[in-house]
Amino acid sequence: MAYWIASSPHNHIQDKTSALMRLVIYATIPGIIAQWYFFGWGNLIQIGLATVTALIAEFLVLSLREKNIKEQLFDGSAILTAVLIGISIPALAPWWVSVLGALFAIAIVKQLYGGLGHNPFNPAMAAYVMLLISFPVQMTLWQPPLSLMHHQLDFVNTLSVIFTNFTLDGYSVEQLRTHIDGFTMATPLDTVKTALTMGKTVEEAMTSPVIGEYFSVGWQWINAAFLLGGFVLIYKKAISWVTPASFLASIFVCSFIAFMVSPDTNTSTMFHWFSGATMLGAFFILTDPVSGATSVKGRIVFAALAGFLVFIIRKYGGYPDAVAFAVLLCNMAAPLIDQFTRPRTYGHQ
Amino acid sequence: METVIERIEQGRFWQFHGGIHPPEMKFLTTNKPIRTVSLPQRLVLPIQQHIGEAGELIVKPGDYVLKGQPLTKTTVPLAVPIHAPTSGTIASIENHIIAHPSGLNEMSVILMPDGEDRWRERHIVENYSQLDKNTLVEKIANAGIAGMGGAGFPTHIKVNTKAKIDFLIINAAECEPYITADDLLMREHAASVIEGIKILDKILEPAFILIGIEDNKPEAIDALNHEIKQFDKIKLCVVPTKYPTGGEKQLIKILTGKEVPSGVLPSSLGIVMQNVGTCHAIAEAVISDTPLIKRVVTVTGQALEKPQNVWALLGTPIEHLLQECQYPQQQKRHIIMGGPMMGFSLPNTQVPVVKTTNCILAPSEKEIPDANQEIECIRCGQCAEVCPAQLLPQELQWHAKAKDSEQLTKLNLFDCIECGACAYVCPSHIPLVHYYRVSKAEIRQQKLLDIKAEKAKQRFEARKARLERDKKAREEKHKKAAEARRARMNSGTEEANKEKSAVAAALARVQAKKAQQSGVQANTTNDDKKSQVADAIARAKAKKAGQSAPNGDAGDDKKQQVAAAIARAKAKKLAAKEQANDDSAEENINAVETKPTSAQDDKKARVAAAVARAKAKKLAAQEQPSDVGTDDTGKSPETISSTAEDAKKARIAAAVAKAKAKKLAANTESDDQRTEGEAEASTKDKDDVMAEAIVEPPQETSTSTQDDKKARIAAAVAKAKAKKLAANTGSDDQRTEGEAEASTKDKAEVTAEAVVEPMQETSTSAQDDKKARIAAAVAKAKAKKQAANADTDVKQVEGEAKASTKDKTNVTAEADVEAAGETSTSAQDDKKARIAAAVAKAKAKKLAEKAQKDNQTS
Repeated sequence: MAYWIASSPHNHIQDKTSALMRLVIYATIPGIIAQWYFFGWGNLIQIGLATVTALIAEFLVLSLREKNIKEQLFDGSAILTAVLIGISIPALAPWWVSVLGALFAIAIVKQLYGGLGHNPFNPAMAAYVMLLISFPVQMTLWQPPLSLMHHQLDFVNTLSVIFTNFTLDGYSVEQLRTHIDGFTMATPLDTVKTALTMGKTVEEAMTSPVIGEYFSVGWQWINAAFLLGGFVLIYKKAISWVTPASFLASIFVCSFIAFMVSPDTNTSTMFHWFSGATMLGAFFILTDPVSGATSVKGRIVFAALAGFLVFIIRKYGGYPDAVAFAVLLCNMAAPLIDQFTRPRTYGHQ
Repeated sequence: METVIERIEQGRFWQFHGGIHPPEMKFLTTNKPIRTVSLPQRLVLPIQQHIGEAGELIVKPGDYVLKGQPLTKTTVPLAVPIHAPTSGTIASIENHIIAHPSGLNEMSVILMPDGEDRWRERHIVENYSQLDKNTLVEKIANAGIAGMGGAGFPTHIKVNTKAKIDFLIINAAECEPYITADDLLMREHAASVIEGIKILDKILEPAFILIGIEDNKPEAIDALNHEIKQFDKIKLCVVPTKYPTGGEKQLIKILTGKEVPSGVLPSSLGIVMQNVGTCHAIAEAVISDTPLIKRVVTVTGQALEKPQNVWALLGTPIEHLLQECQYPQQQKRHIIMGGPMMGFSLPNTQVPVVKTTNCILAPSEKEIPDANQEIECIRCGQCAEVCPAQLLPQELQWHAKAKDSEQLTKLNLFDCIECGACAYVCPSHIPLVHYYRVSKAEIRQQKLLDIKAEKAKQRFEARKARLERDKKAREEKHKKAAEARRARMNSGTEEANKEKSAVAAALARVQAKKAQQSGVQANTTNDDKKSQVADAIARAKAKKAGQSAPNGDAGDDKKQQVAAAIARAKAKKLAAKEQANDDSAEENINAVETKPTSAQDDKKARVAAAVARAKAKKLAAQEQPSDVGTDDTGKSPETISSTAEDAKKARIAAAVAKAKAKKLAANTESDDQRTEGEAEASTKDKDDVMAEAIVEPPQETSTSTQDDKKARIAAAVAKAKAKKLAANTGSDDQRTEGEAEASTKDKAEVTAEAVVEPMQETSTSAQDDKKARIAAAVAKAKAKKQAANADTDVKQVEGEAKASTKDKTNVTAEADVEAAGETSTSAQDDKKARIAAAVAKAKAKKLAEKAQKDNQTS
C-alpha cells in the first residue's frame, strides 16, 4: 500500500497560470475586433506573424535551456506577448517588424533574463520601444481608419502591403495614408502634437478629420473595447483593479490640471483616455505581474507614476504616445517601489 | 474595552487581512451525531502529546491498569500526564510512530484493553465553585489536559497566568474545511462546554468572556445561546466564515481589534484563548474526575463510505477509525491528520489518535488531486492578498529558494502561521508553506550552531587561561621544591652530603654542556698504533632525589689500547626549552652535554669507542616531545644506528638490546614501573656475543649468539618494550634500565651498561686487550615520563652505545629507538678482530600527574 505524502495545504484552487494567461488573451478580443473593424486586417496579420515567431523563438530557447517545452511553450505567456506586440505596432508595418519584435521580446527580454517570472521588463513594450527607436519610419506607418481612406484595403491587399510595401494595385503605404485632400493622415495624438508645435490651439487641431466627432476616429472605440476587456479581467479577478484605476486616475488628474491651466495647449482628459494606447496600457500592459510592483500600495504608486510619465511624455516628449516608455521606466522603478511599500506585518509596528 | 463590547453587541467585528474561502465540505459529517466506536485491539499512547516535556513513566510492561489511571507523573511544570483510556494490561513500552509530520517514533505505552473498561475510583465534585483556584488548576493539570485545538499547549500553564485578564476568548470558530468535531461537541454537549467555561471564569476572572464562532454552525450557535442565556458575562460572537478565522491571532483581531505583538503571548494584552474542546475536557476533569482519555475526531473525506464524528479513545490507531468509517481497500492511500489546510499526511495508519487530533481526512483522488507541477512564480501577488499575517509570500519564496536567511528574517518569516492560504491560491502551484518550513528549520538550526560555536570558543579560552595558570603554579612549585632541597642539602647530614655530590656531578655535566654548545666538537677518536687509551667516563645524574650515584667503571687491561666510553646524559625540560639531539657513535650532539672523549690508540689497538647515551626528557604535557635523533634522525622517532663493519678479519658481534618501557599514568596514586633492559654481549676470545635483554612488564627478548672458534658473528638483539598505562596517578615512578654489556675477552672487552631512570646513569667500561681493536657497544635507553594532565612530563632517554673495534674494524651501530623500536645490528668479524657491539635500548615513558617526584637510579 502506498501512502501519499505531501506538505500542507492539501487542497488548492484549480487555477493555473496558463489559464490566467489565456483569460487575458481572450480579454483582448474586443479590442482586436474593434481594431479590425476600424483599421482592417493589418493588426490581425501582425498578431499572426508575431505569434508564430514568438512560439518558434520560445521553442528554440526552451530547448537550448533544456526546459520542459511541453509545459512552458503553451503556458500562454509567449502568445500573450505576441498578441500585445501585434496590437501595438502599426497595422501596415513591414512583416519583419513584428517578426523582429517578437523575436526580441521572447529571446532577449524574456528568456535571456531567465524566462517566465524573471524578466524585469515587459517583453512586449521593450520590443515595441526597440522597434520604435531602431525603425522610426516603419514604426510610424500608422494607417488611417478605413472610413477615411480612399483606397479599398481588403485582406489580400493588406497582406501584400505588409510583405511587399505595395498593394496589388501598386499603391505604396504613403499613398494609402494620404488623405483625399492631399495630406498624410497621422494618429490623432500625432496630429494634435504636430498642430501644437505649429502654433495652433488644441481646438484648431481637433478639427482634423482623424479626430472626428469625439476624440478620435476609430481609436476611441478601440480604447473603449479594451476598457471592456479590462472590466472582464477585473470581474474575473485576473487582474487587480488597483493598477488601471490608479493609472487612469493619474492621467486624468495630470491632464485635468494641465487643461485647467491652459486649455489651448492641452488636450482634454478624455482625449488622453481614449486615444493612443491608454486603455491597452492600463488593463493589459501595466497589469503584467512579472514586471510590475506586487503589493497593493506598490501597484498604486507604480501605476500612478506610469500615468504621470505618459502625460509628461505625450506633452513634452518627442514621441506622440508614451505608454511603452512609461511602462519601461516604471518597470525599472518597480523593485524600488516594492522595497518601500512593504505592508506592515501583523503584530509589527 | 467598553467599545469592544459595544461593537460586539452590535454584531460588528474587526477584520484581519487576507483570508480565503476554500470549499467547506463540512456537510459530510455535520448532520450525523458523534458515534462511539468499538474498543480497538490495542492502544498506543505516546508519553508526550503536548508542547513541553514528557512525564515520567510510572508503569511497566505487564502492569494491569484501570481506566483513567495515570501512566506518567509530572515532575516539571510543563509536563502533562497521560492516562489509561481503558482498563487493560501494559503490553510494552517502546518506540512507536507518532502523529508527527515527519513520521517520528517516540516512546509510547502499548496498552492491551481487557474489554471490561473498569474505572479507577473517581470522586465526583458536586459543587466546584467551592473549590479554590489552585485546586482547580491542579485538577486540570492532573487530568492531562493540553490545548485540543491543535498546538497542545498545557492548559494548566495557560490558565495559571498572573496577568489581569480582560477577555477570555473561547475559540469555537473551527475554520478549517471538513472539520466538524467542535461543532458537534457544542451541539451535543453545550452544557458541559459552558460548565468548562465557567470553571475557567472562576480561575481567570476575566472581565468578559467571548465565544468566537463562525456563522456556518447555526445549530451550535443555537445550542450555546440556549445555555448562556442567563450569563451576561458570556458573549457569543458569530463571525463571518473565512479561513483562518480560528487562528489565535486572527480571532483576537476579529473580536477585539487588537493585534498580538510579534513574539508576545496574548496574555500580555490581557487575553487568554481556549478551545471549546478544552473547555469540555476541563468540565469533565473537574466535575466528574475524568481525565482526558478520549476526544471527538472528525473522520471524513469522500473516500470513506460513512464519514462521521466519533468519540475516539486516545491511542486508537487511525486504521481502526478508518475501518469503522469504512475506508475502502485501495492501493494508493492519502490520509491526512488534521484539516486539508494545515494537516499533515500520514506515513501509515498505525499512527495513534492523540490529544490534538481533531480530524482524519481520507479524501478521494478527485477531491484532493495530486499536487500540480510547480511552475515559476509570476509575482501575481495573490498570495500577499490572502496572507493573514500580511507577509509577502512571493518575496519570501524568492529568498527561501536563495537561502537568504537574513532577508527572510527581515521579511518576518517567523510571523508566518503556516495557514497555507498563500499556497492555496497560488496559480503557479508553488508549495510556499513547505519552503517556509524548510527555511525556518534551517534558520533555527543555524542559530543553534552559532550558539554552539560561541560556547566552544568560550570553553577554549577558559581552557587556555587555566593551562596558563597551571603552568605558573607549577613553576612556582618547582621553585619552592628547589629551595627546599637546597636547604636540606645544607643541613649537613650524611644524606645531604650524598646529595651534594650528586649535585656536583650534575654541575660538571652542565659545564660540559656549555663547553659543547660553544662549539666543541664531539669526540673524535684517533688511533695511535700502539697507544692505549683507556677512557672511562662515568656519569651520574642526580636530579631531584639524592639517590643517584654515578657509576663509572673503566677497566683497562694491559694492552688495552683504547677504551672510550662516552656517556651522555640529557635532561630536558620542555616546559622551558626544546632541544634536539643528535648523536651517533662518532658524531655531534647538539644542545646536550657531551663529553668528548679522545681515544688514543696504541699500536694494535685501534679504536675502542664506547658511546653511551642517556637522555632524559621531561616534557610538559602540552608540548611536543622533543626530538632526539641520531644521525639522520628526524623527529620523535629516534634512530640510533650503529653499524659495524669489519675489515678482513673482523668479526662482528652485535648485540642489540632494546628495552622500552612506556608508562602512561593518568590518575593513579602512584605507579611504579620498572623496565629493565639488559643486554650483554660478551665475546670471549674468539667472539662470544651474548645479548640479554630483560624487560619487566611485557615483552622480553633475548638473543644470544655464540660463535665458533674464531667468532664470526654474534648478534644479539633484544628488544623489550614495556608500556603501561595507568589512570589517575598521583606520582609515578618509572624505571627503565637498559643495560648493555659487551665484553670481549681476550682482546676486547666492552661493557656497556646503561641505566636509565630519571637519574640517569651510564657506565661504560671498555677494555681492550692487546689485540683487541674495536669494541663497540651501543646502548640506549630512553625513558619518558609524561604527566597525564599536562602537569609534568618527564621523558628520559638514555642511550648507551659502546663500540669497541679491534684492529681494523669499524663499528657502526644502528638502532632505532622510540616509536618503532627497531634495531638491527650486524656484526662481522674478521679473523682477528673482534667486534662486539652491544646495543641496548631502553625506553621508558612515564606520565605522572604531578611530576615532582624524584627519580631513582638503580
